[in-house]
Amino acid sequence: MSVELDVFVGNTTVLDEDVYQLWLDGHSVTDAVTIRVEAGALQECEANAEVLHSDTMDQFRTFQMCEQLLQSPSKLANQLLFQIPPHRQTMLIERYYEFDSAFAREVLGKKLSKGTKKDLDDISSKTGIALKSCRRQFDNFKRVFKVVEELKGPLVENIQRHFLLSDVLARDYAAIVFFANSRFETGKRKLQYLSFQDFAFCAGQLISYWTVGAVDNMMEDMDVDLEKEFLHDLKDLKVLVNDKDMLDQHKSLVCAQLRGKIKVFSEMEASFKNLSRALVNIASKLTHTKDVRDLFIDLVEKFIEPCRSDKWTIGDLRLFLTHYSSSVHTLEAFRHQVIWDRYMGVIKSCILKIGCGSCVLSQSSNKTKRETEEQDNFCQTLQKVSPPLVCLPPPYFLEETTGTEQTPVARLFSHLLGLLTTAIHLFIHPAVCVAE
Amino acid sequence: MPGKLKAKIVAGRHLPVMDRASDLTDAFVEVKFGNTTFKTDVYPKSLNPQWNSEWFKFEVDDEDLQDEPLQITVLDHDTYSANDAIGKVYIDIDPLLCSEAATVISGWLPIYDTIHGIRGEINVLVKVDLFNDLNRFRQSSCGVKFFCTTSIPRCYRAVMVHGFVEELVVNEDPEYQWIDRIRTPRASNEARQRLIFLMSGELQRKIGLKVLEMGGNAVVGYLQCFDLEGESGLVVRAIGTACTLEKISTLPATATNPSNSSPSKDMKEPGFGEEAPGVPLSSGPPTPLRAQTFSSFSPSKSYSRQSSSSDTELSLTPKTGMGSGGSAGKEAGPLKALLRQQTQSALEQREYPFFTLTAFPSGFLLHVGGVVSARSVKLLDRIHNPDEPETRDAWWEEIRQEIKSHAKALGCHAVVGYSESTSICEEVCILSASGTAAILSSRFMQDGPLDTEHRFEEVVSPGCGFCHIPYDELNIPFPAQLTYCYCCRRYKVPDVLFTTIDLPTEANVNGKGCLIQARLCRTKKKAQGEVNATAISNLLPFLEYELHTQLMNKLKLRGMNALFGLRIQISVGETMLLGLASATGVYLTALPSPGGIQIAGKTPSDITYEQHISNMQKKINDTIAKNKELYEINPPEVVEEIIGSPIPEPRQRSRLFRSHSESSDEVSELDLSHGKKDAFVLEIDDTDAVEDIHALLTDSPTPAGFYSCNTEIMPGIQNWTSAIQMFTSVRVFRLNNVNLSNQGLNKIFSDLCENLLKSLYFKLRSMVPCCLCHLNFTVAIPEDELIQVAVTAVAMSFDKEQPLENGKQSGEKTLKKAITENDEQLQFNLELNAETSSSNPLSSPKGLSEVGSHPSARAPSVDYSSFADRCSSWIEQLKLKAHTIRRGSVKTTSSLEKASPLPEGRSRSLRSNRSYSGSSVAVVKMTPLSFIPGAKIIKYLGIINMFFIRETTSLREEGGVSGFLHTFIAEVFAMVRAHVAALGGNAVVSYSMKECVFMENPNKNQAQCLINVSGDAVIFVRESELELTSVQPQSATTQTSNGGEGT
Repeated sequence: MSVELDVFVGNTTVLDEDVYQLWLDGHSVTDAVTIRVEAGALQECEANAEVLHSDTMDQFRTFQMCEQLLQSPSKLANQLLFQIPPHRQTMLIERYYEFDSAFAREVLGKKLSKGTKKDLDDISSKTGIALKSCRRQFDNFKRVFKVVEELKGPLVENIQRHFLLSDVLARDYAAIVFFANSRFETGKRKLQYLSFQDFAFCAGQLISYWTVGAVDNMMEDMDVDLEKEFLHDLKDLKVLVNDKDMLDQHKSLVCAQLRGKIKVFSEMEASFKNLSRALVNIASKLTHTKDVRDLFIDLVEKFIEPCRSDKWTIGDLRLFLTHYSSSVHTLEAFRHQVIWDRYMGVIKSCILKIGCGSCVLSQSSNKTKRETEEQDNFCQTLQKVSPPLVCLPPPYFLEETTGTEQTPVARLFSHLLGLLTTAIHLFIHPAVCVAE
Repeated sequence: MPGKLKAKIVAGRHLPVMDRASDLTDAFVEVKFGNTTFKTDVYPKSLNPQWNSEWFKFEVDDEDLQDEPLQITVLDHDTYSANDAIGKVYIDIDPLLCSEAATVISGWLPIYDTIHGIRGEINVLVKVDLFNDLNRFRQSSCGVKFFCTTSIPRCYRAVMVHGFVEELVVNEDPEYQWIDRIRTPRASNEARQRLIFLMSGELQRKIGLKVLEMGGNAVVGYLQCFDLEGESGLVVRAIGTACTLEKISTLPATATNPSNSSPSKDMKEPGFGEEAPGVPLSSGPPTPLRAQTFSSFSPSKSYSRQSSSSDTELSLTPKTGMGSGGSAGKEAGPLKALLRQQTQSALEQREYPFFTLTAFPSGFLLHVGGVVSARSVKLLDRIHNPDEPETRDAWWEEIRQEIKSHAKALGCHAVVGYSESTSICEEVCILSASGTAAILSSRFMQDGPLDTEHRFEEVVSPGCGFCHIPYDELNIPFPAQLTYCYCCRRYKVPDVLFTTIDLPTEANVNGKGCLIQARLCRTKKKAQGEVNATAISNLLPFLEYELHTQLMNKLKLRGMNALFGLRIQISVGETMLLGLASATGVYLTALPSPGGIQIAGKTPSDITYEQHISNMQKKINDTIAKNKELYEINPPEVVEEIIGSPIPEPRQRSRLFRSHSESSDEVSELDLSHGKKDAFVLEIDDTDAVEDIHALLTDSPTPAGFYSCNTEIMPGIQNWTSAIQMFTSVRVFRLNNVNLSNQGLNKIFSDLCENLLKSLYFKLRSMVPCCLCHLNFTVAIPEDELIQVAVTAVAMSFDKEQPLENGKQSGEKTLKKAITENDEQLQFNLELNAETSSSNPLSSPKGLSEVGSHPSARAPSVDYSSFADRCSSWIEQLKLKAHTIRRGSVKTTSSLEKASPLPEGRSRSLRSNRSYSGSSVAVVKMTPLSFIPGAKIIKYLGIINMFFIRETTSLREEGGVSGFLHTFIAEVFAMVRAHVAALGGNAVVSYSMKECVFMENPNKNQAQCLINVSGDAVIFVRESELELTSVQPQSATTQTSNGGEGT
């Protein structure tokens, strides 16, 4: 005796948001039923397990039937098969395109190709997100990328138009597309501490100010690529460090402004030339694709890390960057003010974001004294935890986030591995060490 | 008289990829009507072709216009090989032939393929120019309106109800033609679909002719069915009630004030289209000949009782020899008898005084006798001339005659709520017909001058009149216990009333109603031919007897005393018979309060046995008490005075007449009363009875916040919100265990239905408090060991009244808001309320708190369905307005979301995002009911009658049987909605799925399904909108009606 066939079709498609989430999360019907039972679904409406199973099957089937439409959301609105009220359509689409930050962080900057798709198993086991869900998220990234890649006009708007997403979600997708297109390096261990949202913020900055669309609203050009001309012009900024007078003048201007305002004044004064050189060098190298990709790692290695080792606070950093970029305006010999502002505006907010991400400190300026002290000491603390390391080596994260049970030996091994990789890292970048 | 049909192919969208190389399609369209075909140009390399063709014109006879569908085929052009068909659209142009219905068909219609399902959509424009407008009602049946609704449609009033019309056409089933062996499944399916379209068209035309002959202009309660007889053919038959309808002019006043509260208006319009205000019929009848009857009044025949209407009088000779059957009630006096006589004579002129209506204009239905039904088992391979309709006509005639004589035996001259059905298994076919014997007022029937009498009749019966017995107390056709009516105390009423009609709106009901089902499964031996037919014939009486007993017991268990909308379905399979009886139980205040159920053991020797019995008795009593509370039945305490029943023995009262005849005249009459036993006593002398009682008690009650019924309206609930959800659910159950006892089967079948109901409640829990209305169960035995149950119903949520106000329960308050807006009626109810509440003040508030505070029912707190509905109704409103302005290219843009402020001053601002997220698909509501809560139907656009076949050879890939059927049903809904939208409508009322034949062969990875649906396409306007736009409702309505002119 068995139920051979069991369907329920409503004139208005019946959708249960909780079950939808279970489906999106990649659960099987049986798992979903178990989860629903645990969530107390049996108490509703005097249901029994059979009823729940039937309902779940039905809902999953409905979602599966909808999935094809969800892949081109604009169709959902004018298809005839399912009668779904507009606000529920929006919900369906939004939820379908939502993704786990942890997953996005893993894929960020990678090529959205078959090769990456094969690594989804690893990502799934690393992040604890069901493989099915990983596939959906990956396919979503890829689909959005494919559609938007060749389109002209503003990126976020294009995504919104084609995928009917909310503003917030469209921005996140824009970041993903932007990173995937320029293939920014985000996987390096030194960048591991940064979350998806940190990068998404930076991407937003780059899209807003460094792309073609950023300059000219009317330009029917793509938003995905950085403006070539601008990158080329950045070479002109070299004069700031190459011209010794200008460098000295710049330094004195900044120092005059900052004296007494930041605690790390002496360190700043000492390292000013190095820091300035680092920033200007990053700018001048951006004509090479390779260096564009390394933008974030360069920022961390050449700017943030030296600051961090000198125990700068985020407040110090902000003040410094503000005056560093504004005082250039008073350099009479410097003629590339516009380029400079365009460059520094983005760099400043990116550095602050990244620096902030590393400190895990709030950006608000009016902090209590204790908090400020904590900020001051953050690097110390970090160094106390693992003196030779600037940030925690990834194996620690891995161990903690996955929560898989490891034998003590494995634990020890991974710890050693962490140390080793850091050592290698330092060895590879002697320049940084020298600078420090 | 010829007409000109014009069609224009505008565009296509979402077409499938037909060319793998380019991932595109080179589509063109063939437009075919009759034997004429036109083609559009090929629109190369596009999935969204814009043909924008010229107008294709077909000059055809109106006979063809009625019979033929317009056939649109979308193809992919292929230079080297044959063009591939993408799919087809059949358009029924009947709605365009009636001046009052739609004027144009315009919109996106799904392109349907029987193998692949929906494959994109096509935008078409279709118009019809009928020449010679003046003459057209004379010559053909063009212009006769058809309604599936089984009551007088809302915006019409009945001038006259002419009576029964039926027709039947037969054709060879293409699936069984020799050619089917060599053609593709697609070709075969398409041949079948097309044939059925043609046959339904022909059927409608023929019925239309009959209606015109009778002098009517419309068919109400049109019920069309298919019998897939297999080898012997394909039968399409239809029944309906011919009427002369008159459109109620939508004056602004009526539009803004649909309650029709002014009594003066009621005088003029006896409340037809509206909710049938229960006007006491002293108001003027529509004909001016009122006085005449007084003079012609002669009591000549009033006491003579022709034809004792004995049970055995089941002559099969039709029309003649029946005399004027009905025996006049003694208590009714000469006037009533006269009325009887006169109406009778009006009805006698008809072959069959049958009415497919289930709801009536007030004053039409005078008395209800009881359910009459007839069944007959036939052998299909005995048809001499399978291609001709004669044999089937004769079969049905036989059954109708039987029904007629049953009605006569009940002292009734008419049968209302009449329906016919069949169940076919191999060569055996069970034909069934059932209805409710009744006495009707002659007011809406025929030739005016017999009008006045209702005043004598009706003055005394404000809502209890229909309960009064129509048969003669002394010459009672079956044993019954009669009492004086509990309302008026003047006429006799039976103690239980079974009917197939809807609850009359003016009826006085106590508490709420509920769905009552009797389910039965009987095994039978496998047999062939005549032996098989005999075996089935022999089983049928027992089946009906038991169904009846179950119904009666369950009714008593719920403390109710009347059943409405009774529908007994008997389905035959190779090794079993299934019986399913569904009805809505109510407590009619006019009828006596039902007694409890007593259990008596046959062998009262054993102590433990006694114990067991008393335990059970206690359980039953508890259940009855609980049910009374649940359904808020608080019968007014009346001194039980059973007044002189002529038959001293109390017996089971209401009775089904049935008979069966195997292949011809062998007719027998079954006495369904329980012999000498008291109806209330259940003897548990064998295991059967124990099982029965268990079954009785295991019926799980509906979860808190849910009500259910199978009628149009749920007694006791009036304050519907606009949230409605129509649904279809299908389950197929496989019995793997071949050797099952009857009991085992019964349990399985019963559990299947119960579980299905439970699933429905769970699915719809977000709509609580809500009522599942018009729950229509259809059972079938598609194969040995398979049981299929299909349910179509609508869930409607209602507002819970202000909780615990005055500690009174909602039932009473809803009564106050009784559907009839008549003042008198209202007052009456109020009085009643006072009475009932005082009689039982404690139980009600408790019931409420139980229902209202059910924690989990509210837990998720996402009452999105109602919100969704409100939202969608808002969009509908927009749509409707857009529609009125320019149909065809409706696009509403909703800028629901504002772009959020951009961070860090991005130089450019996002333009209004989601500009085209607002769906361009009009929302179409569907409901099996004849109305839409909170809305007024302003126009009927024509009947929707669609037949689809879907087949697959890749069952697994489509998600198995469930996936396949789920998709198909969703597609059928989509096509119905699209066609309604193309007609300019925004809802389908009286929707029903008549047929859902599902066949599978999992081993071959194949499945096939046939679905037939029907309903009335309408335009409705929300009442709230009516109020809003009341400033110029006139212009609104004219706009809407002109809206169809298109671009």
